[in-house]
Amino acid sequence: MSGGTFVGMPAFPAAAREAVGDTTLRANLRHATHTIRDKRARAVAELSDWDRLREAGKRIKDHTLRHLDRYLVQLEESIERAGGTVHWAADAEEANRIVADLVRATGETEVVKVKSMATQEIGLNEALEAEGIRAYETDLAELIVQLGRDRPSHILVPAIHRNRGEIRDIFRKEMADWGRPAPDGLTDTPAELAEAARLHLREKFLRAKVGISGANFMVAETGTLVVVESEGNGRMCLTLPETLISVVGIEKVVPAWRDLEVFLQTLPRSSTAERMNPYTSMWTGTSDRDGPSTFHLVLLDNGRTDTLADEVGRQALRCIRCSACLNVCPVYERAGGHAYGSVYPGPIGAILSPQLRGTGSEIDASLPYASSLCGACYEVCPVAIDIPEVLVHLRERVVQGGEATRGGNRVTLKPAKGHAAERAAMRAAGLAFARPGALRAGQRLASRTRRLHPRTLPGPGRAWSATRDLPEVPVEPFRDWWQRTRGGGGRTTESNGQ
Amino acid sequence: MSARDRVLGRVRRALADVPADSVPVDDVAYEKAVDRGYAREHGVRTVEETVDLLAENLADYRAIVHRCTEDEVSDLLMRLYAERGSETVLVPPELPPHWLAAADPVRVHDRAVSTPHELDRVDSVITGCAVAVAETGTIVLDGSPDQGRRRITLVPDHHVCVVRVPDQVVASVPQALERLDPVRPLTWISGPSATSDIELDRVEGVHGPRTLEVVLMSGE
Repeated sequence: MSGGTFVGMPAFPAAAREAVGDTTLRANLRHATHTIRDKRARAVAELSDWDRLREAGKRIKDHTLRHLDRYLVQLEESIERAGGTVHWAADAEEANRIVADLVRATGETEVVKVKSMATQEIGLNEALEAEGIRAYETDLAELIVQLGRDRPSHILVPAIHRNRGEIRDIFRKEMADWGRPAPDGLTDTPAELAEAARLHLREKFLRAKVGISGANFMVAETGTLVVVESEGNGRMCLTLPETLISVVGIEKVVPAWRDLEVFLQTLPRSSTAERMNPYTSMWTGTSDRDGPSTFHLVLLDNGRTDTLADEVGRQALRCIRCSACLNVCPVYERAGGHAYGSVYPGPIGAILSPQLRGTGSEIDASLPYASSLCGACYEVCPVAIDIPEVLVHLRERVVQGGEATRGGNRVTLKPAKGHAAERAAMRAAGLAFARPGALRAGQRLASRTRRLHPRTLPGPGRAWSATRDLPEVPVEPFRDWWQRTRGGGGRTTESNGQ
Repeated sequence: MSARDRVLGRVRRALADVPADSVPVDDVAYEKAVDRGYAREHGVRTVEETVDLLAENLADYRAIVHRCTEDEVSDLLMRLYAERGSETVLVPPELPPHWLAAADPVRVHDRAVSTPHELDRVDSVITGCAVAVAETGTIVLDGSPDQGRRRITLVPDHHVCVVRVPDQVVASVPQALERLDPVRPLTWISGPSATSDIELDRVEGVHGPRTLEVVLMSGE
C-alpha cells in the first residue's frame, strides 16, 4: 500500500506524542528540514523580485479560483481539441472507478506511476489493487514507501523518516516480490541504493503500456499539462507508455501559458531550493509522433469545491505543493509527517485535510490545533497562503460549529464534543480573573497542595492534560512573591546604595 | 446529472458569496487582476556574460560544459564519444550532418517503431536545442527535427546537447516561455537526472541520463 488511506490513525496529539518520543525520527527530521530551509533561503535571495513573484502567484491563483468554472471548461475544450479526453470526478470513488475502467479497457494489469499527491489522496493504488491491477510507484522515495508498506511523511521527500540502513533492508527484503531483486551485496550508500532502484524500475518502464500521473499545472488557454520532477521517472511514465492517464485536482488550472513564468520560478526554489528542478515535461493532448497516443485527464473535485465555498479557507486551494511550510514548521519538525494522518502533512495539511475531508473525524478536528501559530509557514509560502488565519478559522469551526459545505451542500456543524471542557474552562477562567480575591485564594491553595497534584487533570480536564505536560505549580504564587520582595526592585535599589 | 455538471454546479454555488465582476472575464480583465511588475530578467548583462552565466549554472548542476566554434564541433564530438567509448549514437532526423562528420559510432535513427528496449541498448544520444536559460542553467527541447522525440534523450545514459550561442540563449524563464510553442511536447533539462531522496544526499542519474554534456557552439 502506498499510504492513500490513513483509516484508524489516532488524532494528532496521540500520534505526535509517539513521534516526539522517537529520537531517530526527530534527528532525521531536524537535519532534513534545516538543510532544505537554509538552502531555500539562499535560492530565494537570488531573485530580487521574489515579493512581486509571490504576489503575482497569489493573484493568478485567486483570479483562477474566482472564475474556476470558466477556466475548467476552457481547459476541457483545449485538451479535447488537442486529442485528449477529459473526465470529471466528484469524489475519490468516482475518480478511482474512472481510472480502473480506463486501465481495464487497455487490457493491461500493471501501470507505472509518477509521484502524485492527488492519486495518494484518493487511494488509487489500493483501488486498482482491488481490481487486480498493480500500480508501481517509480519515484525513488515513493518506491521506498511502497516496498516498506509504509506511508509517506513529507510532500517532497516522502521517505524522509527512513535512514539509509533501513532503505537497504527494505530493498533486500522486498524488491524480489515486486520484480527485479536487489543486487547481491547491496550496501547502504545512497549511490548504490539509487542504482538498485534504477535497475529494478527500468524493466518496468521499458515494458509499461499505461502510465498514471498527476500534474503541477494545467494551462486553460492551451490545454498544456506540466510535471516537474528530478529523477526522470516522471519522463519515463509520461513518454514511454501508449496510454497516459493524469489525475489532477481542479485547483491546478492556471489561465494562460504566460502564468508558468511565475510558478516555474517560485516552485523549484521553494521546494527543492534549486534554481530549476532537473526535469520539467509539458504536453498538450497527444502528438502522433511523440509520446502516448492516448491521453486521459481526470479532473478531481473530492472536497475542493467544499473548500472553495469557505470564504476564509478557500485560499488553501492556491497551494502549489512546494512543501516549504513543512520545512520551517517547529511542530512538523518534532511531530513528523505521519502524525497528521493525511497525505498532506505539516501546516498546509493542517488546513487542507480538515477542509477536503471535513472536521467530522477526531483526527481532522485535531489538525487545526497542530500548530503554534508562529507564522513561519505564511512567511515562506510562495503563494502567500495565510495558514495561521485559516487555522484559527478552522479552530473556531471545530469549537463553535457553524455553516459549512460538505459534498456540495450547506450544512450546519455542531461544536465538536471534546471541546466542551475547553469552553467550560475558559468561562471559569473569565470568572476567576474578574474576582481578584478568588484568584489569590485559589493560587495560594494551589501552591500549598502542589505535592498532591496528579500528573493529569481529573474530569473534563483530562482531555486537555492528556496531550500536554502539566506545568509545575511554583512554591509560592507570583503575587505573594512580589509582595514579599517588592518585585526585587527594592532590593536592587538598596544594593546600589551600599 | 453527470459528474461534470455536478462539479461545475458546485463550483458556481461555492462562489455565490463573491460579488459578480462588473467587467466580463477576458484577457484585459485578467491583465488587470495580475500585476506583472516582476522582472523579465535578473541583472544587467552583456550577451557574452549571459552565455557565461549559462555555462556556470549548467556546471553548478553537474552538467559537463564544452565550448567550440561551428568548425570545431565535429572534432569535439568525436573526442567526447571516444573518451566515453560509445559505439552507438542516437541521431534525430535532421541533425546537421557535419556535426558528426568525424565521429566513429554507429548512427541509430530516431524512429517511431523503435521499442524502448532498443533505445536502452544505445550508448549515447546527440541533439540540438530549442532554447537555453542562463539564470537557471536549463536547456529546453521542443521535439524539432534536430532534437527528436522526448524519449531519445531519456533512455540512453549519455546525452550530448549542442546549443548555438548566443542565438539560442535567453537570460530568464519568462524570456524562454515567450520563445516556446506550447503545442509542441517540451522537455526542460537542468543538469543530469538526480535524486536527494536518501538522507538528502544528492545522487546523479536515477532514471534519466547520468551524464549530460552541453556544447556551447558559437558561429565563428
